[in-house]
Amino acid sequence: MEKIIVSIKGVPKPGTVKVDPETHTLKREDMELILNPYDRYALEMAVSLKERYQTEVTVISMGPLNVIPILKQAYSLGADKLILISDKLFAGSDTLATSYVLAKAIEKLSPFSLILMGVKSMDSETSQVGPETASILNLPSITLVKKIYKEEENWIVIRDTDYGEEELEVKGPFLATISPNLDYLRPPSLKRILKVKNIEPLFWSAKDLKVEEGRVGLKGSPTQVVGVEEKKIEAKGVIIEDEPSVLVEKLLEVLKKKEIIKD
Amino acid sequence: MLEYSFTEEQKLLVELVKQIGEEYIKPYALEWDEKEIFDPKPIRALADADLFGIVIPKEYGGLGWGVFELCLAVEKLSYFCAGISTTYAASFLGAYPIILYGTKEQKEKYLPDIAKGKKLCAFALTEPQAGSDAFAIKTTAKKEKDFYVLNGIKQWITNGGIADLYIIVAITDPTKGARGASAFIVEKGDPGFSVGKKEKKLGLKASVTTELFLNECKIPSSRILGKEGMGFIVALRTLDYGRCGVGAQALGISQAAFEASLKYATTRIQFGQPIYNFQAVSHTFAEMATKIEATRALVYNVAKYIDNGAKEISLFSAMSKYYASDMAMWVTERAIQMMGGYGYMRDYPVQKYFRDAKCLQIYEGTNEIQKNIISRDLLKFYKK
Repeated sequence: MEKIIVSIKGVPKPGTVKVDPETHTLKREDMELILNPYDRYALEMAVSLKERYQTEVTVISMGPLNVIPILKQAYSLGADKLILISDKLFAGSDTLATSYVLAKAIEKLSPFSLILMGVKSMDSETSQVGPETASILNLPSITLVKKIYKEEENWIVIRDTDYGEEELEVKGPFLATISPNLDYLRPPSLKRILKVKNIEPLFWSAKDLKVEEGRVGLKGSPTQVVGVEEKKIEAKGVIIEDEPSVLVEKLLEVLKKKEIIKD
Repeated sequence: MLEYSFTEEQKLLVELVKQIGEEYIKPYALEWDEKEIFDPKPIRALADADLFGIVIPKEYGGLGWGVFELCLAVEKLSYFCAGISTTYAASFLGAYPIILYGTKEQKEKYLPDIAKGKKLCAFALTEPQAGSDAFAIKTTAKKEKDFYVLNGIKQWITNGGIADLYIIVAITDPTKGARGASAFIVEKGDPGFSVGKKEKKLGLKASVTTELFLNECKIPSSRILGKEGMGFIVALRTLDYGRCGVGAQALGISQAAFEASLKYATTRIQFGQPIYNFQAVSHTFAEMATKIEATRALVYNVAKYIDNGAKEISLFSAMSKYYASDMAMWVTERAIQMMGGYGYMRDYPVQKYFRDAKCLQIYEGTNEIQKNIISRDLLKFYKK
């Protein structure tokens, strides 16, 4: 079996979000990043498949230099090779431009058996990058996957659906986004934590990937963020004061009016 | 908390155990305790994190660290759940005899899997009639050609049924008294080996304690640890190493009880102010904090003393176990008192800490036995 590629993303640590006032995109390079929680499921799937089929896991991530600790974290979780895809030209890339860059990196990593990603990222929640990357690479894409195993030459894939599970048979290589419903996520390994101090990721720039400049960054992004607003949730409290017996009646009335309870 | 100058590696170890505690233990610990559930998931996480390899030599796939690092891991784990740390530490009690007395073949066969957490261990000395009087064990091991045949009952064995390897101490020559016992490695699937019911305990409910039955249990003679007659040497030396771990458990439990009750005392308003403002309360916390720090200094120093290769370790490891467990009992009792009715309710964790701490005064040799060891060795020590 060839290698498994996992694409991961560094997302802002909740509470540290900074937005560029001009482009309205996240100022990722100035924020404290954490591993996108959904990507940990993709890593878990990759590492358990690696143990089963004796292969290696290559992790790629597109982002600024402060993604390096996230890549190192992926190593401590079982990844073998780390690649940072970083270039100023990539700044402001939307999902399509990002998928294009990832596809170029994945092509460069050929041959491979599987590409795994989280279902979505915690910061943009689009769920687009996985299927878009597969589409650019002209590979099958399966979303919300919770089980993958080999049966002779093909792969059997079980995915979550709204109504239950679906079993599919697919010829590799293919791209899967992994369901966040796995039973178990392994913690980092102490031996790997100690080792990763001396490991640096490989660094690939736009030039290394031979990308077409018009297809990356803000220029290559059909999605333009025209504005960002902070959402404030204001709930007005109502205080009802009275004797307990009257109070209950009054409260019931309010709840009925709001259709929270019925008669 | 007093800061110790940990190495970078020790800091990473503690941070990792904390991470595991937060993710795999903290959200579930009260439920495990309430329902007496042994959940294999946190044990799997500890295995995947390489934490079963801490004291296993590097050549057998471990980290090759010492008692001190093991104590750091056990302390932090006990902060989250002493039931889990009991399962974890008891496995080392079963691994130490192989590390200390195993042949090259035994080490090669067992230690790599122990280091990976693929094989959990247990240490079985206690019997129904042989608790503090360990020499009163009745389990026998009779040599027959290339085999030993074991017969007897072991009682209150931590990890009974969930462990894959059991260190069984049995009498090989009843005429030789204390020198007539030997230690053996029994595997879970050995013919004639079976596990009794799970005991119902006051605390440490996330851990499993059972009887073990050896009924014409036939094992290859190569499973003996050391030589015939060394059974109690193996057992007592193992306990010398293990008792610091009990001290570390006491530290973790006490720290958790201290922090939970301190948070309460600084936020609970009575008579118009936080109860911490009352001297009777704040002085109790001053005493708790001081006792925890003093005990931590003792436990850490004894662990380092052992790692430095000291030979006379029995009395010091006994001191760390007895003193720390008594301290934990005191701190957890005070923590409940500081929280009043809330401390007594099972919705809050301090009552669990109190129940968990109690066992620390009993297992791995009661504190009374520890004082026997200390007073006995003290004379030896000062005669030199």
